[in-house]
Amino acid sequence: MHELAITQSMLDLVLKQAEEAEAEKVGKINLVIGEMTGVVGRCVQFYFDFLSKGTPAEGAALNFKVIPTTARCRDCHEEFKLGEFDWTCPHCQSNNIEITGGKELFVESIEVE
Amino acid sequence: MEIKVVKDILGANEQIARKNRQLFDSNRVFVVNVMASPGAGKTSVIMETIKRLKGKTRVGVVEGDISSSLDAEAISKEEVPVVQINTGGECHLDANMTATALGDLPLKDIDLLLIENVGNLVCPAEFSLGEDLRILISSTPEGDDKPFKYPLMFHEADVVLINKIDLLPYLKFDVDAFSKTIKGINRKVEIFPVSCTTGQGIDEWVDWILGRMGQK
Repeated sequence: MHELAITQSMLDLVLKQAEEAEAEKVGKINLVIGEMTGVVGRCVQFYFDFLSKGTPAEGAALNFKVIPTTARCRDCHEEFKLGEFDWTCPHCQSNNIEITGGKELFVESIEVE
Repeated sequence: MEIKVVKDILGANEQIARKNRQLFDSNRVFVVNVMASPGAGKTSVIMETIKRLKGKTRVGVVEGDISSSLDAEAISKEEVPVVQINTGGECHLDANMTATALGDLPLKDIDLLLIENVGNLVCPAEFSLGEDLRILISSTPEGDDKPFKYPLMFHEADVVLINKIDLLPYLKFDVDAFSKTIKGINRKVEIFPVSCTTGQGIDEWVDWILGRMGQK
């Protein structure tokens, strides 16, 4: 449900960048979304289609790069993808781990005309 | 033409959160963002905290709900300043909603501001309000698998209160395994098992928060 607020925020950011570049139209928006944020791409798309109507970003293609939740073991330094119901290091079984990826939520680039 | 942006989507919220924080700091208010799923005991924890802090520190409350002012009315009986925010459908509080509510609070007369977020384990984790501390209340009937289902919330919390521990004899909830899972990914977290019904553990939590306020 947070997608509405997130999409509005993303659109505001994109429109500001497009205006600064004196672009007339935004053709594509490249987004990076970490798995941990729980942001659902098709919900963003749904809200985007609605919110962008009548703006230079109307009709822009949304491209989602999804980053998996990754971790590093603080004991043996093994890097791994976090399991769904297992948060231990696959190498040494320690549970002393550090989340290294999956919290991303940013606009990487936009393509404008 | 491609334009590199590389900007946080919630950057605008962060900016307002920073302004809130400046306002809190200039008024010497310690701010706690209270998050949990619906029914975990956010309002109960706030009420118990207020009762034990009477005469020790001045508390204020912001109540965030999608609708109704039931919680704010309950809290106002404790004779502390309280403001209700109705988000009108939004599933979380954000920095701007919080900023709007602050105008209705006597910040100069408040030492500890407890902000009760909307009951939800997903969305509030993303939106900073300008708080000093994020606390998460996880109640035993919800089950001990919640960190796996809502990792961001458990990763971001500074404190986890395990509420309703008086129900442990009737539930399959492993407090040690639950705590170990959270501490594994979140080294800074403090965990307090509590019961708002029996009062168990509440004094420990209140003493700890007083200590943290003293450090600010």
